[in-house]
Amino acid sequence: MLPALAFFTAFGLVPLVGVLLLSFTSWNGIGEITPIGFENWVAVLSDPGLVHSLGVTFLIMALSWLVQTPMSILFGVFIAGQHRYRSVLAVLYFTPLLLSSAAIAITYKALLDPNFGLGASLGIPLLVQNWLGDPVLAIATVVFVVSWQFIPFHSLIYQGAVRQIPASLYEAARIDGAGRVRQFFSITLPQLKYTMITSSTLIVAGSMTLFDLIFVLTLGGPSDATRVLALDMYLRGFRGNMMGPASVIALIIVVVAVLLAMGVQRLGGKDANESQLEGA
Amino acid sequence: MDQKRVSRRSFLALAMAAPIGASALAACGTSGPGQARAGEASIWYLTGQPQEGLRKASVDAFNAAHPDGQLAATFFENDAYKTRIRTAVGANQAPTVIWTWGGGGLRDYVRNGQVDDLTDWFAQNPDVKSKRFATSFPAATIDGKIYAVPCEQVSPIVMFYNKQLFEQVGAQPPTTWGELMALVPVFQNAQIAPISLAGQSRWTNMMWLEFLFDRQGGPEVFDAIAAGEPNAWSNPAAIAGLTKVQDLVRAGGFVNGFQSIAADANADQALLHQGRAAMMLHGAWTYGSMKEEGGDFVPSGKLGWIPFPAIEGGAGDPSTGVGNPASFVALSSKASDEQKAIALEYFKSGLLTDADIDGWVASGAVPIVNGVDSKFSGPDAPFQQFVYDSATQAKSWVHSWDQALLPGPADEMLRNIEQLFSLSITPEQFATNMNAVPTS
Repeated sequence: MLPALAFFTAFGLVPLVGVLLLSFTSWNGIGEITPIGFENWVAVLSDPGLVHSLGVTFLIMALSWLVQTPMSILFGVFIAGQHRYRSVLAVLYFTPLLLSSAAIAITYKALLDPNFGLGASLGIPLLVQNWLGDPVLAIATVVFVVSWQFIPFHSLIYQGAVRQIPASLYEAARIDGAGRVRQFFSITLPQLKYTMITSSTLIVAGSMTLFDLIFVLTLGGPSDATRVLALDMYLRGFRGNMMGPASVIALIIVVVAVLLAMGVQRLGGKDANESQLEGA
Repeated sequence: MDQKRVSRRSFLALAMAAPIGASALAACGTSGPGQARAGEASIWYLTGQPQEGLRKASVDAFNAAHPDGQLAATFFENDAYKTRIRTAVGANQAPTVIWTWGGGGLRDYVRNGQVDDLTDWFAQNPDVKSKRFATSFPAATIDGKIYAVPCEQVSPIVMFYNKQLFEQVGAQPPTTWGELMALVPVFQNAQIAPISLAGQSRWTNMMWLEFLFDRQGGPEVFDAIAAGEPNAWSNPAAIAGLTKVQDLVRAGGFVNGFQSIAADANADQALLHQGRAAMMLHGAWTYGSMKEEGGDFVPSGKLGWIPFPAIEGGAGDPSTGVGNPASFVALSSKASDEQKAIALEYFKSGLLTDADIDGWVASGAVPIVNGVDSKFSGPDAPFQQFVYDSATQAKSWVHSWDQALLPGPADEMLRNIEQLFSLSITPEQFATNMNAVPTS
């Protein structure tokens, strides 16, 4: 327990305390650090840009969840099953998981170029849009690329969970005359409840801190359309050279992420100690 | 039995922990990337051929001539460098020689005591000063003292155009703003994008405003902004410039989807040399990259260049230069005396040597050396002469805005420029937003 605690303290708590202290100072990165009290907090909390960033973050979070969860469940169920070519397809599905976010973003940026990208080169007019330059399309593109990268990860989680569902439940349902679809909605989904909680917590926490993909893809998007909180923090601190307000945003991210994660856990948590095993 | 099991487990744990611990400690001791060994001076340069090769060659030549005072060079990509150098300077891990664009970024270092004053050194080495263009020193001079040595090439912003496409539609390159606007529908009818622009990079959009402000109202317009005068952005000439650029966007002057195109991959240059766009406003350094990447576009003479059009009734001087007057190298004040000595020796005898100058000229660039036009020969000579004349005959010079301003206001400005070009804010809103940002 002690090594883990030491690790967490050194790399988690100490920087957090450092950022907390920085949020009460004024620092441009290369000069003196001067304490200025609550000025940064007042400035950031009354900045409409903060509300906008929060809105964009929650929008991308919600869309990511809506896209990733159904597809991950379906993929997970498929991979856990006994279909033909399952193992080959499983390997292909997991490839995005092996790539770095920055590499994925650079590749998609080249593919989505309106003049030299995929659509233009293959001659598909539908794919030649202002993907990264139109605010609405930019958000859709970000959600698409994020989902492309992380659906394999969540499929992995769901696959493990589906494998654990006792086959006897399905047998009993089959004897009672339930079809495949009915079995899915009445057996598989309810059994996946806690896995969904886990997966959703990861999506929520991940969306709050998502940075590198959006940074490379849109740098905050056309007119701040994809300026999520993590990006806002970086741009204020390292491009705008205002470390104090950036620290405030960092702390906001931590607080909101923790609250959301606790909220998701609470959603399934009332009967957290209830076992789902038959006979228990 | 129990004792043996425990000791084997703990032995294995120790065996796995030892290399991890050792490497962690080792990382503390040795130098990280970009740090020189003790007694060695370090310099961080930008990547990007052909400049990277020339920089490396100059460092190698210096090291060969100075075996007991070596210089270690590390190369970084442009945007990554901007963030990295600030973080390094702030953490007291700056390289001995700090490469900079001068102007506001340098002013920031000076204000925080991070670079040394070189005025006396220039007094002791007058030939270093007289060798270089006079127009290259203002961007290195803060509060009357010189804090950096100009080097490398002058990069004015040039209006490039595709001669083949102009012949195809039977048009002449524009000399006034009215002619430019009139060309837009002509090219659109021929299914050619009138102007190529990498809108996502934002500083490319900024170049248009730099010219428009100057052509409309002369250098005083931006000088007032850089000096931090109140409501400097609401100057009627500034508003007129902002309005004109929005007119051009509305008329469809820029290539479709320009907000998605980024300059890093040279996608905007590709539009010009692939014959998809007719004109492009860009830095002179792109001549070198178009020569390398454009196939026979440059050698066959399809690339044309003109000064930025004048604005009818504008107060600006068409000879004004806009862009980067030079690159600069500054001396970190936190370096040791030994490292500083090596760096100063490099400034004196390692930069802009004859071999260095020949290398820059051969790549199609114009190094900032007085009289270098006598060395222009070969296919790049017409362009080089154009750049040399622009640089030496300019009565005034507009330093690239995002370098002239301090980094914080510069970033705010780029944000507003992006919104201006997306037509999401009006010129008046732009002025209001920028007036509220402290520029000093």
